[in-house]
Amino acid sequence: MIRTQRLAAGLCALLAALTAGLAFPAGAVADETTANAPKVNLVLDVSGSMRAKDIDGGSRMAAAKQAFNEVLDATPEEVRLGIRTLGANYPGDDQKTGCKDTAQLYPVGPLDRTEAKAAVATLTPTGWTPIGPALLKAAEDLDGGTGSKRIVLISDGEDTCAPLDPCEVAREIAAKGIGLTIDTLGLVPNVKMRQQLSCIAEATGGTYTSVEHTDELTDKVNQLVDRAADPVVTPVATRGADSCAKAPTLKSGLYTDREEFGQERWYRVDLDPGKELRASVSVSADRAMNPDYGLLVRAVTVHGREIVRGEAAGNGRTDVISTGLRYPKAESDDDEAPAETVCVQVTNSYSAAAGVKTTPGMPLELTVDVVDGPSQASDVASFGLGRGWWLLGALVLAGFLAGVLWGWLSRWRVAVWRTN
Amino acid sequence: MRITRVLSTTLLALGLAATPAAADSTPSASPSEDGSAPTTAGTSFRTATEVDQGRTATASGSAGDYLYWSFPADAGQRPTVTAKVKLPEEHTGQTWQVDVYDGLRRRQSCQYGAQTRTAAPGTASLELACVLRTVRAWSEPWADDPLPGTYYVRLTVVGLKTADLGLPVGAELRVDSKDIGGSAAVDGSLAEPLVPGVAVKSSADDEDDPSASAVLSSIEPDDGWSSGWWSTAGCGPGSAACWPRSPGSAGTP
Repeated sequence: MIRTQRLAAGLCALLAALTAGLAFPAGAVADETTANAPKVNLVLDVSGSMRAKDIDGGSRMAAAKQAFNEVLDATPEEVRLGIRTLGANYPGDDQKTGCKDTAQLYPVGPLDRTEAKAAVATLTPTGWTPIGPALLKAAEDLDGGTGSKRIVLISDGEDTCAPLDPCEVAREIAAKGIGLTIDTLGLVPNVKMRQQLSCIAEATGGTYTSVEHTDELTDKVNQLVDRAADPVVTPVATRGADSCAKAPTLKSGLYTDREEFGQERWYRVDLDPGKELRASVSVSADRAMNPDYGLLVRAVTVHGREIVRGEAAGNGRTDVISTGLRYPKAESDDDEAPAETVCVQVTNSYSAAAGVKTTPGMPLELTVDVVDGPSQASDVASFGLGRGWWLLGALVLAGFLAGVLWGWLSRWRVAVWRTN
Repeated sequence: MRITRVLSTTLLALGLAATPAAADSTPSASPSEDGSAPTTAGTSFRTATEVDQGRTATASGSAGDYLYWSFPADAGQRPTVTAKVKLPEEHTGQTWQVDVYDGLRRRQSCQYGAQTRTAAPGTASLELACVLRTVRAWSEPWADDPLPGTYYVRLTVVGLKTADLGLPVGAELRVDSKDIGGSAAVDGSLAEPLVPGVAVKSSADDEDDPSASAVLSSIEPDDGWSSGWWSTAGCGPGSAACWPRSPGSAGTP
């Protein structure tokens, strides 16, 4: 069914593209679509340990190659796919050189399946595992465009290039606010590697998966590439201030920001009379947090009076804490009544153990919707006649009138019967 | 001159709206429009997979993932969320939890149902449930009563040992609701259901802007949102609302 829809959409698209193509140079249209095309960068570990033969009897490398072939076949047309390797070229023992060993195997762009497959076929397990540097480069590869961006990291060992912690790298990449997600897959993982890869994933809102079989690897990578192709709303980056006076004014939309531990973030929204403000805020836990946390969102007048608040608190493992508020502003009799400036204050009570980095702050997502106000208590009782003493009065009156009418009718019928 | 400009803009818009990428990126009104249930789950509020009531959504993920779905609930309904988790063959015991959030991302309490459950090592599956409060047509802004709109479900493991991290798990989610009817009806109604991005969506409709094709939530019940102008809380024969409550309340509407 979905296929049929896609086919139909494709046909329409073809027609429309032809029409458009007649009127305009094709380049303009192509630019427009590539700008928001989803981009995926597959980062494959080609370190020496990939020689180990422990996935379905074959080597890890063979499993990865087979998975890549199948993924390349199934990649949706609109996805711009690239492949980057780490540890593919330098076989030596020098850590410094080995830790710079990351190369772009296939550039991020429209996919030529044959070429990409040929490139993958040449890989042989060789060197070190420089995950951190590879992630940094992979993020650079994805630069530009407004579409969703995703890095899929496939590795079989933890980073061998200390002191650069790949988890910190991931957090820095996320802090750039380019909306990049890193998903990690661990081939036959051990405890340390699980922790490291899941830390990378959590820092960017991605997922971590342990892989023991080839088909699991294929399915997961396919799922992740498909997920990249799903359209999502790209949030607009904003910067909340530390007081209402300096706060940015927001309109309806989706925004992102960063909030540090114990920091206040202020935003302003202009609200016309008769309109309703809806704001929801989520603050993500992108690092190891203490298990008790909270979030407070307040709508405050410019003079500091609180109008309404949204509170959330929780404990245990979580990815995000969120809450929201609604503020319907009453209708004004005066048509020219000015819009009210509502200040929205966001504070969190996350905490982390000593040693956890506090900057950059946690990702904050803010949805603002200004819609028409609610209609309050429509009077189903019809001006008060439907209940209370008025109703009794109305019933008595109605009963009296009905009695009179019935009596009159009866008299009339008897009169008719008598005359006949 | 002007006609040419209008014509070319229209053509361009047509071309843009219908190029394959853009066509694919237009979310169909709801994923279950064609009667099929989604087989994936989102990873955040923003990417939550939309699922209609009465359908069973499935998803495969890894232990440690946060799985998100969203569903519509209208006034007078009391939704029940049931989730089934298929655990990996070998595990060392996991605790799973289902949380429900409303369209403002406020956590909604469950009246009853096993919201959190721990599976003993070796258990093949576990089931979670959450019965929400009845969705009201209107409430005061200071209350967090459930209101008509989008609801988010988050399914995740809350207690997990590192050895189990990333193991493949399967999840099933189903939302059914009981119609509570007039006894839960209130006067008043929201102008727009509590659907995130609804303000952006309606203004995008006006401008017919092809770039605004992705929306936060495009969810809607099968028969549309109830408009609220007809309330079953009126004067039915058995409704106490019609009758005088006590002499003391006489005259108060």
